[in-house]
Amino acid sequence: MANNVGQDDFQTKLQNWLPKIVLSPSIAAMVVFVYGFIAFTVYMSFSDSKMLPSYDWIGLANYTKLWKLSHWWVSITNLAVFALLYIGICTFLGLSLAILLDQKIRGEGMLRPIYLYPMALSFIVTGTAWKWILDPGIGLENTMHQWGWESFHFDWIKDRNMAIYTVVIAAVWQTSGFVMAMFLAGLRGVDNEILKAAQIDGASNWRLYRRIVIPMLRPAFLSAFVILAHLSVKSYDLIIALTGGGPGRATEVPATFMYSYTFTRNSMGIGAASAVIMLMTIAAIITPYLYAELKEKK
Amino acid sequence: MSNVTQDTAVRTSTVTRIFIYGLLILFAAYYLMPLFVMIVNSLKPLSEITSGNMMALPEVWTLEPWRQAWSKAQIGIEPTGLKPYFLNSILIVVPAVFISTIVGAMNGYVLTKWRFRGDTLVFGALLFSCFIPFQIVLIPMAVVLGKMGIAGSIPGLVLVHVVYGIGFTTLYYRNYYAVFPTELVRAAQIDGAGFFRIFWRIMLPISGPITVVSVIWQFTNIWNDFLFGASFAGQQQPMTVALNNLVQSSTGVKEYNVHFAGAILAALPTLLVYIVAGRYFVRGLMAGSVKG
Repeated sequence: MANNVGQDDFQTKLQNWLPKIVLSPSIAAMVVFVYGFIAFTVYMSFSDSKMLPSYDWIGLANYTKLWKLSHWWVSITNLAVFALLYIGICTFLGLSLAILLDQKIRGEGMLRPIYLYPMALSFIVTGTAWKWILDPGIGLENTMHQWGWESFHFDWIKDRNMAIYTVVIAAVWQTSGFVMAMFLAGLRGVDNEILKAAQIDGASNWRLYRRIVIPMLRPAFLSAFVILAHLSVKSYDLIIALTGGGPGRATEVPATFMYSYTFTRNSMGIGAASAVIMLMTIAAIITPYLYAELKEKK
Repeated sequence: MSNVTQDTAVRTSTVTRIFIYGLLILFAAYYLMPLFVMIVNSLKPLSEITSGNMMALPEVWTLEPWRQAWSKAQIGIEPTGLKPYFLNSILIVVPAVFISTIVGAMNGYVLTKWRFRGDTLVFGALLFSCFIPFQIVLIPMAVVLGKMGIAGSIPGLVLVHVVYGIGFTTLYYRNYYAVFPTELVRAAQIDGAGFFRIFWRIMLPISGPITVVSVIWQFTNIWNDFLFGASFAGQQQPMTVALNNLVQSSTGVKEYNVHFAGAILAALPTLLVYIVAGRYFVRGLMAGSVKG
């Protein structure tokens, strides 16, 4: 009898612990592979690691060195230019397309997937396609010449000063449809009664959107910003496929900088320092957002 | 949301409408143009590309570039074509998607129906891991994979993708299960059903749609991954890395038609998924950004 009670006890205890046992591998993986690894990389950024990890502490030396490198300055300037244009154009284009699509368009069901499919492609495929489209020899410039526009000139991808803008072109092509979908979902949530009331008051379409609809899309703006900002900091594949960081170093960004310093230039300490700066940039954007989202849900 | 109709109350004149349709079609052309260029040029002999017009249809239609890209093209040092790399991608994607989805479902179940103190914190920490720039884990991951003896192998990449995919799958299932009435779970518990039984009998049968979303999201992400593949694959490179090697190779004539065929081959699986299950694909994208 006593034995039986003991067994029951064990069973209930097991039932109580089971959820935590099931969750624990994920927590362990997260603690090791995410937060442990972040700590490790942070430590590396304070060490004199070159080709292999080393554990000798050298304080902030890697960071001071990093900020003196012109290569790093090129990378972050490019990132700033890229992020600003990428976020700006994607938001503008996405919002415009969403508003246009929201006007009882016949064939919306066909247009929407066309705008959105690039998101299913990898950045490597996107980069490969645009690399040849933008190539003056066989791409757009050549096509325009063939069609009789002899003076047409478009060789940004080979031009040090303009190459970063080609990255923007390809990236906007890939993501803007997705931003459109986010805004469209927001627009579909806007209450039509409010719009009707404003129209009766004599507001023009333009005013209607500017004063009423767009302010109501604030959550969509916020989500779009967070997604686009974190994608731009992480952008790596597209640049590798499209320009390879070139011509020269003209399109290097922190992600490519980190990779080359860590794995090909034998300066792991500096590479780690650049990764830490990337993480801090993203954390500054994501943490407040996640905090607000999770608090709201409770 | 359900009683909101598709139409808006905004009225527009005929001229404006013509203008709107014009713009929308123009943009459709812009989004379709690269795909058109890829397909058309993958069906041309090389001479037609170098001396002809990128936008023109082939004069001589040929499947040779596809054959080249699939089984003959020089990738790295071996003239194997993309075939073995396509296989690598499948061998990486299938187990990684399978494992991360199951783990995500269990996590979501625990985080919504067996709540405990600090569960939101755990979830937040998991969610944050979805957004980290993976550069921050490259160095220690290389060390750890080496120590585990699975560096440069497919199991190594599966592990990497599972670990960094759990955040997303957990997010999907958590938000999906959160709206499922907890009373039903409690009632089943009182009837004597245990933890796993409730999961099998009650949660799993309703999980169809979100499982599709999760599988599609993971499939697309892992298939399209380049950074991890380039860093940890060794000789077992996935499709994206192989395609990049093919396109960037500096030796010999640039065979644009083969590159385009290769790019389509690399894009085909995710594109097919998008065509077949686009609705779920969009839902996954949205759930990853806007609150679920």
